[in-house]
Amino acid sequence: MTDITSQTEAALAAIAAATSLDALEAERLETLGKKGWVSLALKTLGGMSPEERTAAAPAIQSARASIAEALDAKKAALESAALEEQLARETVDLTLPAAAAPKGSVHPVSQVMDELAEIFADLGFAVATGPEIEDDWHNFTALNMDETHPARAMHDTFYFPDKTGEGKDILLRTHTSPVQIRSMLDQGAPIRIIAPGRVYRSDSDATHTPMFHQVEGLVIDRDIHLGHLKWTLETFFKAFFEREDIVLRLRPSYFPFTEPSVEVDVGYSTEGGRRVVGGHGDAPGHAWMELGGSGMVNARVLEFAGLDPKEWQGFAFGLGIDRIAMLKYGMNDLRAFFDGDPRWLAHYGFSPFDQPTLSAGVGARA
Amino acid sequence: MKFSLTWLKDYLETTASVAEICDALNAIGLEVEGVEDPAEKLAGFRIAHVLTAARHPDADKLQVLTVDAGDGQPLQVVCGAPNARAGMKGVLGLPGAVVPANGMVLRKSAIRGVESNGMMCSTRELELGDHHDGIIELPDDAPVGTSFADYNGSNPVIEVAVTPNRPDCMGVYGIARDLAAKGLGTLKPIAMPAFSANGACPVEIRTDDPEGCPAFYGRVVTGVRNGPSPDWLQARLKSAGQRPISLLVDLTNYLMLGFGRPAHVYDLAKLSGAVVARRAKDGEEVLALNEKTYTLDAEMMVIADDHGVHDIAGIMGGEHSGVLETTTDVLLEIAYFDPARIGATGRKLGLSSDARTRFERGVDPEFLDQGLDLLTGLIVDLAGGTPSEVVRAGSPPSAARVIAFDPGLTTRLGGVDVPEAEQKRILESLGFTVGADWQVTCPLRRHDIEGPADLVEEVVRIHGLDKVASVALPRVEGVARPTATPQQKLERGLRRAAAASGLNEAVTWSFLPTWAAEHFAAEGQALWVLANPISEDMKAMRPSLLPGLLMAAKRNADRGAPASRLFEIGRRYFRGGNGLSDEKPTLGIVLAGEKTPRGWQSGKAKPFDAYDAKALALLLLEAAGAPVANLMVMGEAGSQFHPGQSATLRLGPKVVLARFGVVHPATLKAFDADGPIAAVELFLDAIPAKKGAAFARPGFTPPALQAVTRDFAFLVPATVAAGDLVRAVQGADKAFITGVRVFDVFAGQGVPEGHKSIAVEVTLQPGEASFKDAELKAIAEKVVAAAAKLGGELRG
Repeated sequence: MTDITSQTEAALAAIAAATSLDALEAERLETLGKKGWVSLALKTLGGMSPEERTAAAPAIQSARASIAEALDAKKAALESAALEEQLARETVDLTLPAAAAPKGSVHPVSQVMDELAEIFADLGFAVATGPEIEDDWHNFTALNMDETHPARAMHDTFYFPDKTGEGKDILLRTHTSPVQIRSMLDQGAPIRIIAPGRVYRSDSDATHTPMFHQVEGLVIDRDIHLGHLKWTLETFFKAFFEREDIVLRLRPSYFPFTEPSVEVDVGYSTEGGRRVVGGHGDAPGHAWMELGGSGMVNARVLEFAGLDPKEWQGFAFGLGIDRIAMLKYGMNDLRAFFDGDPRWLAHYGFSPFDQPTLSAGVGARA
Repeated sequence: MKFSLTWLKDYLETTASVAEICDALNAIGLEVEGVEDPAEKLAGFRIAHVLTAARHPDADKLQVLTVDAGDGQPLQVVCGAPNARAGMKGVLGLPGAVVPANGMVLRKSAIRGVESNGMMCSTRELELGDHHDGIIELPDDAPVGTSFADYNGSNPVIEVAVTPNRPDCMGVYGIARDLAAKGLGTLKPIAMPAFSANGACPVEIRTDDPEGCPAFYGRVVTGVRNGPSPDWLQARLKSAGQRPISLLVDLTNYLMLGFGRPAHVYDLAKLSGAVVARRAKDGEEVLALNEKTYTLDAEMMVIADDHGVHDIAGIMGGEHSGVLETTTDVLLEIAYFDPARIGATGRKLGLSSDARTRFERGVDPEFLDQGLDLLTGLIVDLAGGTPSEVVRAGSPPSAARVIAFDPGLTTRLGGVDVPEAEQKRILESLGFTVGADWQVTCPLRRHDIEGPADLVEEVVRIHGLDKVASVALPRVEGVARPTATPQQKLERGLRRAAAASGLNEAVTWSFLPTWAAEHFAAEGQALWVLANPISEDMKAMRPSLLPGLLMAAKRNADRGAPASRLFEIGRRYFRGGNGLSDEKPTLGIVLAGEKTPRGWQSGKAKPFDAYDAKALALLLLEAAGAPVANLMVMGEAGSQFHPGQSATLRLGPKVVLARFGVVHPATLKAFDADGPIAAVELFLDAIPAKKGAAFARPGFTPPALQAVTRDFAFLVPATVAAGDLVRAVQGADKAFITGVRVFDVFAGQGVPEGHKSIAVEVTLQPGEASFKDAELKAIAEKVVAAAAKLGGELRG
């Protein structure tokens, strides 16, 4: 008995003193291994009479249990220490830079076109498109600008030397309005479309580029009037700029394809050198800024587009996309839009996840 | 169109302020582009009486004046002008006034020790003329102490933009009429001059082309004295932005600006025989008043005599018969020309003039006699002379348009209720005649009025567009319906997928320098090339999105950008049927510069390669819904690509969905760009649309048993494409092989010359039961056999 007790104490001391898993394993073999003294002692129990066994067993069993427990505990402690040591060796300098993933961006013109599509979809407008290389019938004649019309000269048109099969002149569309004609010819009435896209004028200075973007709007139905036009533009601008204090001023103007024709101004103020849309243009510190042209579609245009002006009427408008993008997002140089400078694109561009939605507000804030 | 307030008030009886007038002009569609008030510039300048003048004690050329500027207390002023003397009246700038000519703010100061309380001014200092050899001398009756601006009659000048449909407002009188209709005052009747005509016109007048020139009226005035115009007339013209030339010329301009009515004055001495309005002869030449010679053709109208052309009709007079200082006898011309012909001639000759602007938009056909009499009266009054009777050839259009108008249309189209009486008042004040049954007769000068909508515009613009209330568009019940087309959804999705994969969206010009477009044109492709480009760099429509992006990448590199990862979604321009265009939606990508900069982990900077391009092409094609797994990698990416490092992705052998690769060094050279540059072009029109897909996906049925993988390494001839080997292995057992992935390619030591080793991991998916060893062995044998067909040999 005392033998086992002292042996156990010695073994537990050795276990406690073990400094490596190897030493611990050696101690395990010496005790609980096949030929370890605990195992051997357990085997002796088999040869004993029941009485002897009853007397001897508890001491042996208890030795086995306490040694096994000590081995496990020591093993866990040693492993944990080894792991800690290993982890300490594996330490890296996390102030070092991680590999950077390039960040892409969506061009402001595309972003604003998506915003337009989103807002106007809610008002029931589809997005229509048409060719940029147009014939003069769609670009001018059908819009009530015949060959001798002085307004043609105001358009600074880019021409191609080519002619269509019917001998019509071919040009780069000077506005998105030919899409009106194509849409009415294709779909008839009633119709509600916007037509965003590239347009071209032979004009280049600080505020004009020979290529720019316009959006055309067209509503044809039976009883559409100027009041609907005003509401539509107001509603659009309120949604686009996400502010309720948008005030529009309509001024009489002239476009061959509308009658009556109105120029649309919006009230703005200047804050920190930038134009901020909102407020009444005649209010102190405010002024009016032209946004675009519009009007009731000229009866002749309806006829050209195959609609009976006695039955159908409606409005059309045209806005500069680059311009409203600049107003909303603060760019000041139109030419930079078309330069492809990654610094500008990163600065003014949008995250691909800024998909305009009505629920989140169509605009993406800086 | 510019005019002064005084000029407007000649025709409009009004008490309205300049601000009120401008608001009204804007409201009725005559957009105010600017108001210049010379009085503002002359604030602080007053009429002063020089009381005494004495030599400056310390300067020979200076005098010390005492002047009375109306304040009772004489002021001491130092002055250098030789004509300054006691008793004269002049203009004094008081301290605080700003000298218009140089922006100098006047101050009380000491000049050579003598106090000076202002400055006596010359005309040049006040920007009123060029005299600077002395101060302004005013008449003795000039009221001392009065503001010089008021005395000088300098008055505000308003500039309006007149839309091309309103030639009737290209004269001040027309603007006055519109303002009167708006309620800004009362339109004064035109004061007709009194003169007596003596004898028939000695010159024969004819129009040989009644279509181009329906009416040509003339009159001779003999014994005139030409010379500089009187100051008031010069001031009028200057306020309108016209340079005074000589009295006779100035008077025609005065008529034109006042009433929108161009006229011409010929030196009678230079004419011989009948003066005829006729078509020009092809090749006929005329030296115009702008000192340029124009070659005419038979589509153009001229005024000519026996000797030749004297006037490009309705556009510009000829130098030869223009009036000079010495001219004594003149022929006055007032004609009516076909607007379309004037416009066509002007465009063809590239010749603009104030006369053309008015004639091509349409002058008032009813204003020939009146205009001629007004001009005659002015000439007789200011230049003397004896007028003849009028001689008239032809007659101007006289059929007035009558429109059956329904006043209810104003509400239906204009969206505003205007009482019928008010509509009638507005139309009548603009010169329309409104019959009891609302038959509206239009004044002939209103060429723009064609139908009822035009009358609505007249009523609404005068009534006030601000009175039009917003009315909501009717909307369909419920949530708005989706409207985007599949193409639009495709482009929107691709744009955001490309941006999400690290690319910056650019928008580049649709036009290119011709060489750049030609470099990217397909074999035999006829480019669209502009006839009138703005510059040689913007001449040919792009046949590819890559050149524009390459040029952007080059600019960026020149600016020191380490990398350009650009994409653009736009159109390529091709020839379509019937002479029209075929514009193909396309996505272009250019990857230039460093893919990864040098780094502590990655080592040296790495350029982009063809696999970067391939990865993007596949990623985006997948985003576009293309069946990426079925695509074939084939050649023929185009001559702009490295022939060994580029490919096309095709759906079947013919449908090319994309091309990608490394840009050809020759292309880099042509674009002066440093390489390597990788590029991709996705042909969006070739991507098949998803057909009738439902929202619900097919059921999810993962295989019950786990897949196993087996590795094979094959020795193949170096010419064998890995893709072909993969496809062969894939096809070895279609039932069980669900994936084949290349995980190693090796050539060199241990691999025979002309060969390479390709290692693939084959995924085998068991069906109902797990694979038995024999089955696996059989599949492996099939894989080896398939590879063997390509010359592949299993490595040990």
